[in-house]
Amino acid sequence: MKILMPALLAATLIATAQDAPEIKFDSVPNALQLPAGFYLGEVGGVATNSHGQIFVYTRTGHPTITIGTARPFAHGGSRLFEFDPNGRFVREVGKDTYAFMYAAQVRVDASDNIWVVDEMTNMVIKFDPQRRVAMLLGRKEESVRVPARAPSGNGAGQPTDLFDRPTDVAWDAAGNIFVADGLGNARIAKFDKDGKFVKSWGKRGTGPGEFANVRSIAVDAEGNVYAADGGNRRVQVFDNNGELKTAFTNVGNAQALCIAKGANPVLYVSNSNPPDDIDRDGEIYKLKLDGTITGKFGRAGKLPKEFGTVNAIDCRSGNTLYVGEIGNLRVQKLVLH
Amino acid sequence: MKRMTSSVTLLVLASAAMFAQRKATIENVREIPFSTVPNFLKLPPGEYLGESVAVATNSKGHIFVYHRSANTRLFEFDQGGNFVKEIGSGYYGFEFSHSVRVDKDDNIWTVDEGTNMITKFSPDGKVLMVLGHRPPAVVGVQLAPPGPNVPAQKYIFCRPTDVGWDPQGNIFVSDGYCNNRVVKYDKDGRFLAQAGSEKAGKALGEFNLPHGLQVDGQGNVWVADRTNSRYQVLDNNLKPLREITNLGVGWTMCISPGPHQYAFFSNSNPNGNMPGTWDTTGEIYKAELDGTVIGRFGHPAKLPPGFQVVHMMDCRNPNEIIVGEIESWRVQKLILQKTTAKAGGAQ
Repeated sequence: MKILMPALLAATLIATAQDAPEIKFDSVPNALQLPAGFYLGEVGGVATNSHGQIFVYTRTGHPTITIGTARPFAHGGSRLFEFDPNGRFVREVGKDTYAFMYAAQVRVDASDNIWVVDEMTNMVIKFDPQRRVAMLLGRKEESVRVPARAPSGNGAGQPTDLFDRPTDVAWDAAGNIFVADGLGNARIAKFDKDGKFVKSWGKRGTGPGEFANVRSIAVDAEGNVYAADGGNRRVQVFDNNGELKTAFTNVGNAQALCIAKGANPVLYVSNSNPPDDIDRDGEIYKLKLDGTITGKFGRAGKLPKEFGTVNAIDCRSGNTLYVGEIGNLRVQKLVLH
Repeated sequence: MKRMTSSVTLLVLASAAMFAQRKATIENVREIPFSTVPNFLKLPPGEYLGESVAVATNSKGHIFVYHRSANTRLFEFDQGGNFVKEIGSGYYGFEFSHSVRVDKDDNIWTVDEGTNMITKFSPDGKVLMVLGHRPPAVVGVQLAPPGPNVPAQKYIFCRPTDVGWDPQGNIFVSDGYCNNRVVKYDKDGRFLAQAGSEKAGKALGEFNLPHGLQVDGQGNVWVADRTNSRYQVLDNNLKPLREITNLGVGWTMCISPGPHQYAFFSNSNPNGNMPGTWDTTGEIYKAELDGTVIGRFGHPAKLPPGFQVVHMMDCRNPNEIIVGEIESWRVQKLILQKTTAKAGGAQ
């Protein structure tokens, strides 16, 4: 992709966005069936593996603070549920693990490892296909800070795997790991496939390569990194080493990204509505990787085919998407026509 | 580094200085070849280890892991690494694990820094004795008060870290994160003596975060004096004998049993994987009790056989070291190549 003048690019694409055709679609009723006594909370993430099995990382219940010695300790609050390709509940993965408190995202890599990102324990957990813990990034703080810690720093973080409210994880073809870090920090951190820190880039701001926050990331087949900078209402595209290539400024409050790889790769971007308003935003855009919008679908709302603050999109299977919502405590299975 | 600063640069610089200090100054120590046993601990479906800060074996080779899961839990495995059972599920003394040790009679002792309690369990998991007292929840949430630590009391701990016994059964406790002392009790739990106090200090016999403790066959007490980056050896009455300062940070140590005892010291890599720390820390040293270092092994990495912040070692068999790690939620069994006594040593 050649370097384009940002102003020219933005102007071109905004015109396109307004004209983007509506994509017809359906929402499959009762796509996920939970056993009695199980509930979905806010859905941080939804993802499928190569067998079509579905994983949902959700804010169920609540983190619990217990009274200990000189420090209060926090436990629980999120769970990872697994469903078969027909949406029937299979099992809970990672029950009562140390890192599950506030669901941010779940993703499945090319080898069917399941990666969970937790925004409160500041951890990224890799489960192997046997659902065993295979690797960890980050560390949960031993206790809860009372009073809460005030935000500090410029968002660039430290050159480590110490995260501050990470939101997402992605990989390139070589297995390098990219972590969106996130809502406390405003950077992307890169690790090699063995989890060794390589580099990080970005800080809080509105300039090129800076982020209001990094809500989601995706990596294309060439290793370019797409970062949802929702607070700045844009998606920024970097090369594999963090050099800014371009930005798509016509997709609104980019909060969830998914790249469908293949001969004609597709980027889905959710212009997620804020949790306190369903009278604006909410649609999902379908783009080519050069930023050309080819269509859009949905709107904010509470009914099927409407969205309540989409936080996750799974696009592994052609025109079948899974969408995880914060506001409506649900996952929808969508079929695009 | 008590003073907070908002400058990230300053923090990084300060951290770098701290880590430089963690590098061991001993040189020319030979590498001991070792291998890790793959999939050593086998958990039942749906069960997971959390931060595996504490591990110990009994005389039958059963392995006890006292770990920080969503709740702190104590698991028992057989000598083959197969899960046997959970001990103390929901027990009042479990909140935030720090150490587990097994005495010569196979009693299991847990040290919990979230309840300030040390519990002696019988080999089959019944509570036999309790040291310390959990702060009463009825008082409300107690935050660490600013200012100096409150005076240490005979029977109350402040985030204790470890426990050991001499051949007579006297009990020694390292205490801890907010006291800075070692306490001696008789076998029935009655106070006898202490070294150090609530105040941190650098002199011999003073401590700054005593973080691990072992007692050798002579009844001498070895203390990992963490923030002072050293180990101290005390006699049985807690009079300081000497210090070891060249093995990096004083996080945890282990002394093997039997007629010829060995000591193992972990220069654990720091939490958080700060830049460069993987290159200069993380190794474990094997030494004679007279201080002669025999060799070293291990390096930090996320994946086995690398270490991610070793927090505790079991060395009942000095050629099969079991390590519990904080950051990879993992217990590894390491098979060391045998060493001959006093071979290739550096003093």
